[in-house]
Amino acid sequence: MKRTHRINIFFFIFASVLAVLYAFPFAMVLLNSVKDKREVRNEPLAWPTEWKWDNFTEAIDRMDYWQALGNSLIITVLSVTAIIITSSMLAYYLARSKTKFSAATFLILVASMIVPFQALMIPFVGLFGERGLGLPGNQFTIAFFYVGFGVALSTFLYHGFISNIPYELDEAAGMDGASAFRTYRSIIFPMLGPVTATVAIINALWIWNDFLLPSVVLLENDQKTLPLRTFVFYGNYTSDYGLAMAGLLISILPIVIFYFAMQKRIIAGISAGAVK
Amino acid sequence: MRTRRQEIRRFLVFALVPLAIFTLVLVVPFTRGIYFTFTDWNGFDVTQFVGLDNYIAAFQNEDFWGSMLFTAGYVVASLILVNVVAFGLALLVTIPLRGVNVLRTAFFLPNLIGGVILGLIWQFLFGQALPTIAEATGIPVFAENWLLDTTTAFWAMVIVTVWQMSGYMMIIYVTALMSIEQEALEASLIDGTNGLQRLVFIKLPLMAQAFTISLFLTLRNAFMAFDLNLSLTGGNPYGTTELISLQVFREAFSFGNFSSGQTQAVLMFVVIAIAALAQVAISKRFEVQR
Repeated sequence: MKRTHRINIFFFIFASVLAVLYAFPFAMVLLNSVKDKREVRNEPLAWPTEWKWDNFTEAIDRMDYWQALGNSLIITVLSVTAIIITSSMLAYYLARSKTKFSAATFLILVASMIVPFQALMIPFVGLFGERGLGLPGNQFTIAFFYVGFGVALSTFLYHGFISNIPYELDEAAGMDGASAFRTYRSIIFPMLGPVTATVAIINALWIWNDFLLPSVVLLENDQKTLPLRTFVFYGNYTSDYGLAMAGLLISILPIVIFYFAMQKRIIAGISAGAVK
Repeated sequence: MRTRRQEIRRFLVFALVPLAIFTLVLVVPFTRGIYFTFTDWNGFDVTQFVGLDNYIAAFQNEDFWGSMLFTAGYVVASLILVNVVAFGLALLVTIPLRGVNVLRTAFFLPNLIGGVILGLIWQFLFGQALPTIAEATGIPVFAENWLLDTTTAFWAMVIVTVWQMSGYMMIIYVTALMSIEQEALEASLIDGTNGLQRLVFIKLPLMAQAFTISLFLTLRNAFMAFDLNLSLTGGNPYGTTELISLQVFREAFSFGNFSSGQTQAVLMFVVIAIAALAQVAISKRFEVQR
């Protein structure tokens, strides 16, 4: 027993070294975000001689941080809410309907998950951009698109769960005079809590970090999300690495805070969502 | 049994809106996209049918082939390294010691952050910080900026990909390792197996499904990688590190070649679909029937 314990400690130390390596890039961002640009260039590993907190106020100012953060928040919350509502309803319909149509629909949804956005992007821009329907590039348009792209996976996750809810519950509710919608809203949806958490987390991480779709939809500066703003900001200030690092740090911060607040749920959501 | 009228009512209440959005956003662009590859579509309108010309042009296009080969190499390297590292990490963070949870967080953290920002962080590291550190310490590995040469830029992309994805796949492997029945392990202990034998003959076969999932996700993510490519190398030097996504994006939106860009995108989809189906079919054969 003692021998295995010693081996475990050896492995633990080895893993800790790896963890330090994994965290090293973040440490570099953190350390250099409070430095002057000359110090970043000459001594990236050294402790800052002079703490340049101005980097943060300047980065916040120049990338319109609060606006970009607000845009990202609104788009993520709006899209995730819409995905939860639409996909749980669709999954309820598909799980309870035994027609050939619903079986075929389910199959198409599953198959669609392998289609990369890149294969749709060009006709997509032609269809909805200024050359086509000319939809305005705002948060409602993009939430609409996220529902279209996200509904398949989320419906699939809900479907598996709803299929295990006994049909007798629906019948009992019907006997009491509840309409189909009422049954869904008051009986079924409240039971879906664990899947809803999974669906919310998987979609929130995807939408929050997404770059390609917003970059072809959100063309006005005041509509742009945090990743878009960060990318442009970094490109403009590569000569001042201290400032650039401050910009990276503040754009990483919200999701890291979110992670530490909901760590258990996020890990559980990812393990549940990956079992396909 | 429900009547036909009830069935239609349920469809209208629950399924119409989600399916209409799904159709408009995904199905219509997909089918239109395939149609466009047989035309001379320029983003505005179609003047004539060109048959297979776009496909023939794509097969004769050196940039397209260069990008496809580069992508293939990137996918294979990522597929192997991400999963080897992720599985190793999963074994490490399941040893029965307190403190491993902190390590899990460190390994998982890069995955939370979008590829664009991760690419920017490493652009700073490869281009600025690591060469300076190499100079100061005398360790020559990163003395040159890795992003300036095609071969080292390729490995730079693989390193960042492993850093980004291994934490996610680690979670999948950890879940699988923890769900192995204790009885199976105890039985093998009585039979006098050592740790390595238990790993190879008991644990690996029992968690084959986790490998199927994780390999599938890595394959798909690597084939579709765009963000990291854009922000880390931007395709440089001289467009030699353009993954297929970035190549398609630039063909359409930078050069305005809509129908040829879309043709390359459709070919990309076909390759992904074949690779993914083949991988799942092969992996499934290793899964234990229970």
